[in-house]
Amino acid sequence: MASVTKRFPLRARDFLHAGEASIQVQAFLKTMRLDPGLIRRIAICSYEAEMNAVIHGGNGELEMTLAEDRIVIEVRDEGAGIADIELAMQPGYSTADETAREMGFGAGMGLPNMKTHADELELASAPGRGTRARMIFRRRPPQEKTP
Amino acid sequence: MNVAELSTRMGWKAVAGARGLEREVRGGYCGDLLSDVMAKAPAGCLWLTVQGHLNIIAVALLREMAAVVVTSGREPDPDTARKAEEEGIPLFTSSETAFTLAGRLWELGIGRTEPA
Repeated sequence: MASVTKRFPLRARDFLHAGEASIQVQAFLKTMRLDPGLIRRIAICSYEAEMNAVIHGGNGELEMTLAEDRIVIEVRDEGAGIADIELAMQPGYSTADETAREMGFGAGMGLPNMKTHADELELASAPGRGTRARMIFRRRPPQEKTP
Repeated sequence: MNVAELSTRMGWKAVAGARGLEREVRGGYCGDLLSDVMAKAPAGCLWLTVQGHLNIIAVALLREMAAVVVTSGREPDPDTARKAEEEGIPLFTSSETAFTLAGRLWELGIGRTEPA
């Protein structure tokens, strides 16, 4: 099977459309009859990464690739970037502003959720250079991940 | 029990999403932090939250929830109701708190017989 790639633009601070890219990814993966547990994990990660881009990111893009053995979700943004990735990965750590917190974001759970539910998470970022989060989900993992 | 029957028994005010009223309720979840709800809410659940903004519908869709109840007398934003209607996600309001509602739902057997 040839791989399929879909891209969705993300707009900074656009809380009105936030989540739509992930909803479309989920709908597509359902039509491909992927395992429901796998789709659930992808939805969690995709949504968290999408919201990170909307809350912190500047504009960006969500890219989903469905290949024979894996699904890759990559979210790239042109935002402020992350100075200390290790610190950002700590549960509870957040730099979200008051508006985002009032909406129930900014609990410092996004990146930890992504790490828990993806088979692999790569984060590349630097201050002023934006952020790229790449998550890999294996379609037939040797051991099903059940966090 | 489906959403229609449950919402009638609970006396909730229907706001939008009548198209989804036949859905079966399989469990429940209380939460106002969206990342927590995303990670933990069971599929087919009823979600009790004080959040009324549009993003709750995205979360409800992604978690494949049966319905959403905005609690504690809060009102969902007009955009939220519009989106719920569009997507067929039943959206209700209740003046009671999530704690009280969860207790009543538990007594009706919600979340007890079905696996979370």
